Amino acid sequence: MTVLEELRQAVVDGQAKMAVAKATEALEQGIAAEVLLAEGLIAAMNEVGQLFEEGEIFVPEMLVSARAMNAALAILKPLLADEGEGARTAGTVAIGTVQGDLHDIGKNLVAMMLEGNGFNVVDLGTDVPPARFAEAVRDGADVVALSALLTTTMTNMRDVVEAITEAGLRGRVRIVVGGAPITAKYASDIGADGYAPDASKAVRKVRELLAV
Amino acid sequence: MERYDRLSITEADDLVFGRCPRPLGVAGLTIGGGVVYPELNFTLPPMAVNDATMPEVRDEYYQMVDEACARAVALDVPGLVVELELLPELTRQPRWGAEVTAVLRERLDAYRSGDGLRSALRVTPNDMRDFVRPPLMRTGVELEHMVASFEACARAGADMVSVESTGGKELNDDALLNGDLATAVFALGVLGARDMAFLWDTIAGVAHRECVVPAGDSACGFANTAMTLATGGYVPRVWAAAVRVMTVPRSLVAYERGAVGPSKDCAYEGPYLKAITGYPIAMEGAEAACAHQSPVGNIAKAAADLWSNESVQNVKLLGGMAPTVSMEQLAYATRLMNVASAHGKAVELRDWLVESDAGLDPQAYVLRPDVVLELAAEIVAEPTAYLRTRRAALATLQALRRGSAEGAFRLTRPEHRWLDRLSAQADELPEDETTFVEQVTKEVDSNKVRLDQYDLATT
Repeated sequence: MTVLEELRQAVVDGQAKMAVAKATEALEQGIAAEVLLAEGLIAAMNEVGQLFEEGEIFVPEMLVSARAMNAALAILKPLLADEGEGARTAGTVAIGTVQGDLHDIGKNLVAMMLEGNGFNVVDLGTDVPPARFAEAVRDGADVVALSALLTTTMTNMRDVVEAITEAGLRGRVRIVVGGAPITAKYASDIGADGYAPDASKAVRKVRELLAV
Repeated sequence: MERYDRLSITEADDLVFGRCPRPLGVAGLTIGGGVVYPELNFTLPPMAVNDATMPEVRDEYYQMVDEACARAVALDVPGLVVELELLPELTRQPRWGAEVTAVLRERLDAYRSGDGLRSALRVTPNDMRDFVRPPLMRTGVELEHMVASFEACARAGADMVSVESTGGKELNDDALLNGDLATAVFALGVLGARDMAFLWDTIAGVAHRECVVPAGDSACGFANTAMTLATGGYVPRVWAAAVRVMTVPRSLVAYERGAVGPSKDCAYEGPYLKAITGYPIAMEGAEAACAHQSPVGNIAKAAADLWSNESVQNVKLLGGMAPTVSMEQLAYATRLMNVASAHGKAVELRDWLVESDAGLDPQAYVLRPDVVLELAAEIVAEPTAYLRTRRAALATLQALRRGSAEGAFRLTRPEHRWLDRLSAQADELPEDETTFVEQVTKEVDSNKVRLDQYDLATT
C-alpha cells in the first residue's frame, strides 16, 4: 500500500492521528499537497459517501472520517496556500434555519454532509434574520441554504430571497431550500434556485448548482 | 412527590388499548376507562402569524375545529379530544394563544350542547427556552412567556395542558449524530431529568391553580429525532430503539412531579409510562403519516387510550380539509379498536397490531408489550433518573441482542456492528452518578449548554 493509499484508508477508517502521520510522511516523500488533497482526502471522503449511500456506514462514522480529513487538511492547508491554491474547497455554503424557527438537526445534518463533501460551511444557526443571510453572501458565500420546519416559518424563506435581492447580491449566490413543509414548487415560487428533500440530495443539489 | 418504583401493569395482556389502572375523567370523557377516543391535532397552512394576520389565524382554527367536529358528529364518535399545539408565535404572545384556545373552546362547547359531542381540549404551549443559545432553562423572557402561555390558555378554556420539553436537547442532538451513548445518557438522565423536575413543578402548579389536568410531556425532540434520523438511514435503527427506551426515565419525572396524563401523542415512550404509572396515554402512528413517517404505525396502537394524527396542516384534499380527513381516519381507527374491546377481543386485535410491526424494525420491537414490561421493570428497579437511564440503555441493548438472535427481527451487518459499539459504550457507564457527571462535563462544549441551569457546577 502506498502512503497515499494509507492516507486515504486512515480517513475512511476515521483515524485522525494516522491521517496526520500519513499526510506528513507523504509530504516528506515529496508528494505535492494538492495531490494529497485530491487523491487522498477528497478521494477518501468520496469513498465514505459511497459507503453511506450503500448503507454500510452511518452518519457517526462519516463524522469521524470528516474529522480525520480535517486533521490532515490542517497539515496541508498552509502548503496549499503557498501553492496559490487557497483552501481548495468545493465552495462556501452559508446555512441556517430561518427566522422564527428553532429546528436545527436537519440543518446540522446538511451542514455536516456538505463539509464531508469538501464544502466550506458557514453555519449561521437557527432563528436567523434575513439580513444575516445577505451579510453571509457579502462575505463570500457561493450558496445560501435555508431550512424551515413549520408552515408558519417557511414563509420567511421568501424574505431571505428578497433581502438578498434588495442588497443587490442575488446574481452572485445560489439559494437552496429544504424542510418538511417545503416543495420544489414552493422553492420556485419564492425565487430560490433549488430544493432538496433530504441531506444527501442537498449535497447533490449544491454540487449541481455550483457545477462541481 | 409520587415515587414509581414498581409497575402498575405487570401482565402483558393488561397492557392494551383503551384501558388502564388509573383512568382519567376529563370534561365528561373517561380516558383509559374502556374506550379509545380520537385525539385530533391540526396546524395552520403556510402563513405568517402576526398582529395583522391574527384575525385570519383565528378564522383558520375556527374552520378547522368546526368542520372536524361536524365530521366527528357525522361518524358518531363516542368522544373527541382536540389538541392545540401552539406555534412559537402563539406562545410568545400568550394572548394570541389564549384567543385561539377560546375559539376552539367555543366550538367544542357548541357541538357538545348542539350535537351531544363530548370532547376535551388539550393545549400544548411551546418550550421556547432554546430560542436562546445556549438555552436559558430557568430564567429569562422565554420561560416567562411559556409560563404565561400555560396560564392564559388554561383560563381561556383548556381542559388539559402538556408540553414537549427540551431540557438536555442542546447536547442530545449531537449525541445522536455521533452515536455517543454516554452524552445521550447525560442529556436524558441528568440534564433532561433535572429540567423535567423544575419544569413540571411549575406546570403542575399552574394546572392546579387553574383547575386543568397536567397531562404530561414527550421525548419527541429526543427519541423522535432519533427515529427520523434512523428512517433516513442516517443513524442505525438499533441506536434509535435504544434512545427510545432511554427517554423513559426522563419522561417519568413529569409524573413524579405531578403530571397524570394522558401523555402526549408523540411520546412513543407512552406504553412504558402506562405500564409504570397506570395512567392513560395518547399515541400516534398509521394515521399520523400526514405528519411523518414511522416504523411503528400499528404497534403504537397496542396500548393507546387516545389515538392521534400528530398534526396536519389545513389544506384542501378531495375528501375535505385535511384536519377533517384526519378526523375521519381517526374515527374509523378507534371505532375498530372499540368494537374489538366490546367483543372481548381487544388483546387479539392488539396482538395483530403488534405482530404486523414488531418483526420489521427494532424500534417496533421495543414497543412489544412483553418487551415493554420487561424493560420497564428493569428501569423502575433503579433509584435515580441517571441509573434508570443507564439501566434502560444496558437492558435495551441486551434485549435487542436477544431479539435479533431469536429472529424476532432482522438487523443488517452494519447494525450488528453498532449493537456491539453501543453495548461497549453502555458497559463503560459508571454506577456512580457523580463520577459520570465529572467524566462527561469535562468533555462538554460550553458553547452549547449552561450547566448551571441544571444545578451542575460549570467546569
